[in-house]
Amino acid sequence: MTVGKSLFEKIWDAHVVHEAKGEPTLLYVDLHLVHEVTSPQAFDGLRLAGRAVRRPDLTVATMDHNVPTLPGPIEDPLARAQLDALRRNCEEFDVRLYATGSGREGIVHVIGPELGLTQPGMTIVCGDSHTSTHGAFGALAFGVGTSEVEHVLAAQTLPLVKPEQTLVRFDGSLPPGLTPKDVVLGMIGQVGVAGGVGHVFEYAGEAIRGFSMEGRMTLCNMSIEAGARAGMVAPDDTTFGYLERREFAPTGGEWERALDRWRAFASDDGVRYDREIVVDVEALEPQVTWGTNPGMVAPVGGVVPDPAQYADPDDRGAVERALAYMALEPGTPIGEIRIDRVFIGSCTNARIEDLRAAAAVASGKRVAPGVTALVVPGSAAVKRLAEEEGLDRVFVAAGFEWRNAGCSMCLGMNPDVLQPGERCASTSNRNFEGRQGRLGRTHLVSPAMAAAAAIAGHFVDVRELDVEAVPA
Amino acid sequence: MKPFTRRTAVAAVLDRADVDTDQIMPKQFLKRIERTGFGEFLFFDWAMDPGFELNRPEYRGAGILLAGRNFGCGSSREHAPWGLQDGGFDVVIAPSFGDIFRQNCIKIGLVPIALPAAQVKRLQQFGGRELTVDLEQQTIEDPSGELTPFPFDAFERHRLLNGLDDIGLTLEHEDAITAFEAARG
Ligand code: SF4
Repeated sequence: MTVGKSLFEKIWDAHVVHEAKGEPTLLYVDLHLVHEVTSPQAFDGLRLAGRAVRRPDLTVATMDHNVPTLPGPIEDPLARAQLDALRRNCEEFDVRLYATGSGREGIVHVIGPELGLTQPGMTIVCGDSHTSTHGAFGALAFGVGTSEVEHVLAAQTLPLVKPEQTLVRFDGSLPPGLTPKDVVLGMIGQVGVAGGVGHVFEYAGEAIRGFSMEGRMTLCNMSIEAGARAGMVAPDDTTFGYLERREFAPTGGEWERALDRWRAFASDDGVRYDREIVVDVEALEPQVTWGTNPGMVAPVGGVVPDPAQYADPDDRGAVERALAYMALEPGTPIGEIRIDRVFIGSCTNARIEDLRAAAAVASGKRVAPGVTALVVPGSAAVKRLAEEEGLDRVFVAAGFEWRNAGCSMCLGMNPDVLQPGERCASTSNRNFEGRQGRLGRTHLVSPAMAAAAAIAGHFVDVRELDVEAVPA
Repeated sequence: MKPFTRRTAVAAVLDRADVDTDQIMPKQFLKRIERTGFGEFLFFDWAMDPGFELNRPEYRGAGILLAGRNFGCGSSREHAPWGLQDGGFDVVIAPSFGDIFRQNCIKIGLVPIALPAAQVKRLQQFGGRELTVDLEQQTIEDPSGELTPFPFDAFERHRLLNGLDDIGLTLEHEDAITAFEAARG
């Protein structure tokens, strides 16, 4: 059989600007997304060197990490200064900015796709590790640091050593009640948080084909949590259907030509992957993390593990520290873990479909006494759409708070933070120590599981929720 | 970028797996718009615990960090390597690194050295004492006099040894970039 080319290789090859033996490859960048936190020092670097932004037309900025999700002025002077710096930098360097209040703002990884900026076959970078999200469209998308942000601003290219590629094949069809978040958490639990280091993941399998674009974005978003450089799904009619008539998607004859081009970005037969991983989707249950990284995860019907089970001393040490931080005893059933806060939001799970799933669970129910629950749409557009559908009223009637778009409590760089010791069911992507607030305790779950936990006051299998929440 | 050839410095040991960049530089310091001054915030939340490894007096003034596997995983924040560098570290030695973190280190001249886990553990016994890291020779000398060789990408080594600016290097290919853009229309 002839050796075929993978989706990743096709995109890589199409973007090579310069190649020489013993040097990294210079790769062209089609879309550069910018936000306030990782860009100020990059713009300063340009100013110092007297450089311009090479392609302002391929650069798009938004405000997301620092913005408060309640209306009113920004109280924090440092946050305000950082947002002001972005505004000034965008003016000075002629970069398009979707500022707070523009109606198009939101989490950078939500607005790129929703504006139709993210397209199949593209190379996309952003000073943010969850740039992997955009791989859902069959793009090669990855996070970079601030030095690389400056590099891309100045030269629209990046010197890169070609990563290896892993095929992650999801076998079986998605069981009822299971969501893409459960699938990706299960995958990370299987491969570990360093399982993808140095690799690009290509996701394949029947279950993935059945995912909506929102679901594929959830999956690709968390590729980085397995350590992978990027995650990708080959584009298909679901992708094209999502993109059609989006603001920056091609139109008319351009659209037809784009479709022809995009269809070619599927992996050929006979690709030699450096590694293959198989995940049995049918064996998965809804997932809940119990530790301090996304690989520390268990099925909702499971228990908190015992460090003694781990043979490797590094693993054992990590689990011991995690359980101490999380204040959990080995053997505790996941369903007995009580929560104080619920956060439904983030670039992982704050798209319209995520909010619909959470609202379906919350509808006609009440948030448990003592629990505070927050719903933060991923973008201003998601918020508008959700309000048109009446989801906001469902949430508010059930006792959830309905907020403005932003990163919010995903990383607590804004007023939405956990207090020390608080325990949160969160639809975000990182349960690292202090991620949502110093000494806060994060459990990652799907939107439906988060809503179910809000109602029950503890984790509960959302597939059994209609049976009535277990009384405390 | 300042060139790196060789450094003799006290080695500090942080033997934990999967240390993420949220721990190295917590988010509350990411609002600063400067590139310098991050050293005092290094491991800020962990450092509040008097028992935290890096608070040990013998690690004062350390310039080499001996870390655990997958060091620097998670967030892309370059503020983490900025903090390490500003805090006096020029070298991090670990069994493996998060990809973006490793890349960020290379970009700013902080030398990330990956060694097999057993070799990292062996070097950790010299915590609090001086190691000499020589990028030219690609060796680490420990107090026993043993030289541990380490692999390093030849191009990256060249860049670090000479302190070459990446953007400057790329812009030598300006014509190729322009031609690429022209070809796509
Ligand atoms: S939602 Fe969270 S993970 Fe996503 S971009 Fe914002 S801070 Fe980063």
